[in-house]
Amino acid sequence: MSKAFIPTAARPGVITANDLREGHNVWMCEDGWTPDPAQATLYEDEAIAELALLKAIGQDNLVVGPYMVEARRGPNGPEPTHFREAFRQKGPSNYFHGIQTTKKSEAAHV
Amino acid sequence: MFDARPSDTDYVRHRVSQFRAQVARRLDGSLTEEEFRPLRLMNGVYLQLHAYMLRIAIPYGTLNPDQMRMLAYLAEHYDKGYGHWTTRTNMQFNWPKLVEIPDMLDHLASVNLHAIQTSGNTIRNTTTDAFAGAAADEITDPRPYAELIRKWSTDHAEFQFLPRKFKIAISGGKRDRALVSAHDIGLRIVEKDGQRGFEVWVGGGLGRTPMLGSVIRDFLPEQDLLPYLEAIIATYNLTGRRDNKYKARIKITVSERGLDVFKADVEDDFKFRRLEFHGVDQEALAEFRERFAAPAFRNAAVDGFEAERAANPAFRSWTDTNLHPHKIDGYASVIVTFKAPGATPGDASAEQMHLLAELAEKYGHDDIRVSHDQNVVLPHVHKADLPALYLALREAGLATANAGKTSDIIACPGMDYCTLATARSIPIAQEIAEHFRAVGLEDEIGKLNIRISGCINACGHHHLGHIGILGLDRAGVENYQITLGGDGYDIPAIGQRAGAGFPAEEVVPAIDRLLRAYLEIREDENERFIDAYRRLGPAPFKAALYPETVDA
Repeated sequence: MSKAFIPTAARPGVITANDLREGHNVWMCEDGWTPDPAQATLYEDEAIAELALLKAIGQDNLVVGPYMVEARRGPNGPEPTHFREAFRQKGPSNYFHGIQTTKKSEAAHV
Repeated sequence: MFDARPSDTDYVRHRVSQFRAQVARRLDGSLTEEEFRPLRLMNGVYLQLHAYMLRIAIPYGTLNPDQMRMLAYLAEHYDKGYGHWTTRTNMQFNWPKLVEIPDMLDHLASVNLHAIQTSGNTIRNTTTDAFAGAAADEITDPRPYAELIRKWSTDHAEFQFLPRKFKIAISGGKRDRALVSAHDIGLRIVEKDGQRGFEVWVGGGLGRTPMLGSVIRDFLPEQDLLPYLEAIIATYNLTGRRDNKYKARIKITVSERGLDVFKADVEDDFKFRRLEFHGVDQEALAEFRERFAAPAFRNAAVDGFEAERAANPAFRSWTDTNLHPHKIDGYASVIVTFKAPGATPGDASAEQMHLLAELAEKYGHDDIRVSHDQNVVLPHVHKADLPALYLALREAGLATANAGKTSDIIACPGMDYCTLATARSIPIAQEIAEHFRAVGLEDEIGKLNIRISGCINACGHHHLGHIGILGLDRAGVENYQITLGGDGYDIPAIGQRAGAGFPAEEVVPAIDRLLRAYLEIREDENERFIDAYRRLGPAPFKAALYPETVDA
């Protein structure tokens, strides 16, 4: 299960969760949480990642259910490696709803 | 018609104010997520793949126009303009914000709707036949009993922490349209020696271990309903497994302990339970019967209906497929499918909900039903009104003549929304519906139940599909297993896996091969897919699905 994923340099990861108040997906970034997965911090070191995840779990007043999941380094930031995370980063396929509506560059050629 | 009583409304409002306070305490840090989670689930609030989800109970699928308008209002003001009919005749909103859910629940309370016990290990919304109170083959309207069960099970102190969730269905027709054998408890209304009662089924369910239930009582007198239900659930509560979530449903309890052993415990408990019931339940039942009294049906000529059928092939086609026989001459029950080609099965826009409310008032004696196949039924429409009703539905994209056909697919939300899903369901349903419309085979194929689930929890009832499709994650890629021969109606059966799964892009070609093979080998156009499957067995159908295996 993705929640037990431990990142390494070969298989880095990001920390993701849901916003407590509104429910949308968020990713841990340098200065908190962002709804833009491309801004997420990419963790390649197990110890640093573990500390970051503990910090995320400690932010129970901001987010729900934080977990570490595999990601790869892309030209514009971390990218998902599994289709489940790809859907979380985009939104549903039956309507133009969710995160895809706010990603202007991608929306142009959807 | 169900009319809300002040006592109900007061209780629901009390629960909303409790939940509002719980949300506030969660936001100010007084409650952790671990503490809050069971509280939100008790109020139907899930956290899904992209957002929170609110599941609203629609008791036995019955709505009045004001309630339907309220659902439309919530869709417009708190969601993205639509809601989703579920296979348990509830409505789910996919995009509510936690901070706004107490307001949504307050609005719902104003029309006596709520989300209590739509989650958690409790007795869930009792479901029934969407044609209850209208069907020509009905012994009696099951909804007064369903309401009795709802009243009894809501906040029932003994049954708030069962080993697992618990689902009851009740059917009053000669034909079971409530999937009685696929529920934890299923009730079929029967008559014996002039007395009314129930054939009681127990231990059915789908999910990862699909099983059809068994009859635990051939005939349960009407007045013993609640004590007997209580005895079954109390026995399950004490003997059901709590060590393993996947073995906690009553179907496992009954199959592991054996029906005879389980039944003996139930009957022992029943002797005592029965003494606790002193007739209050029967008084309530008598009151509910009055509240569900049939509307004032009218007499009118049906000449206009027949003339329109003769003149308008599209109308004729729609009336051939989307009407269900009514007990009153001149009336029909109308199936409004939410399965137009390209549509998401079960999704209703706010505009469509407003229209249905208006049409129910104008033509349908103020009565609306949600069916387990994710459609809506107007149970009482005079045939004289059908031409006008059809026109209004058509303008809203709700007059697709496909009830019970290939494109009338049940599909769970799948990985487009659900956090438990292992693959998507909706795009597969859309592609199949569009394909068979495009190639023009839907009418030729006739009656066919396709059911799609996006994980083994089987919310899309794939085991009961003549053709079932189960979406799985195979090494990080969506993959779809096909099951054949399931049936939720006349001869209940669990579909059997046909063979290896297909990648997403190969599902439509596989179903196309399967159905073209069926058209070749069926005896005549009256032999449905499921009938041909039962006559011939799986071999010719598997050969169509896996031609390369046969060639090799």
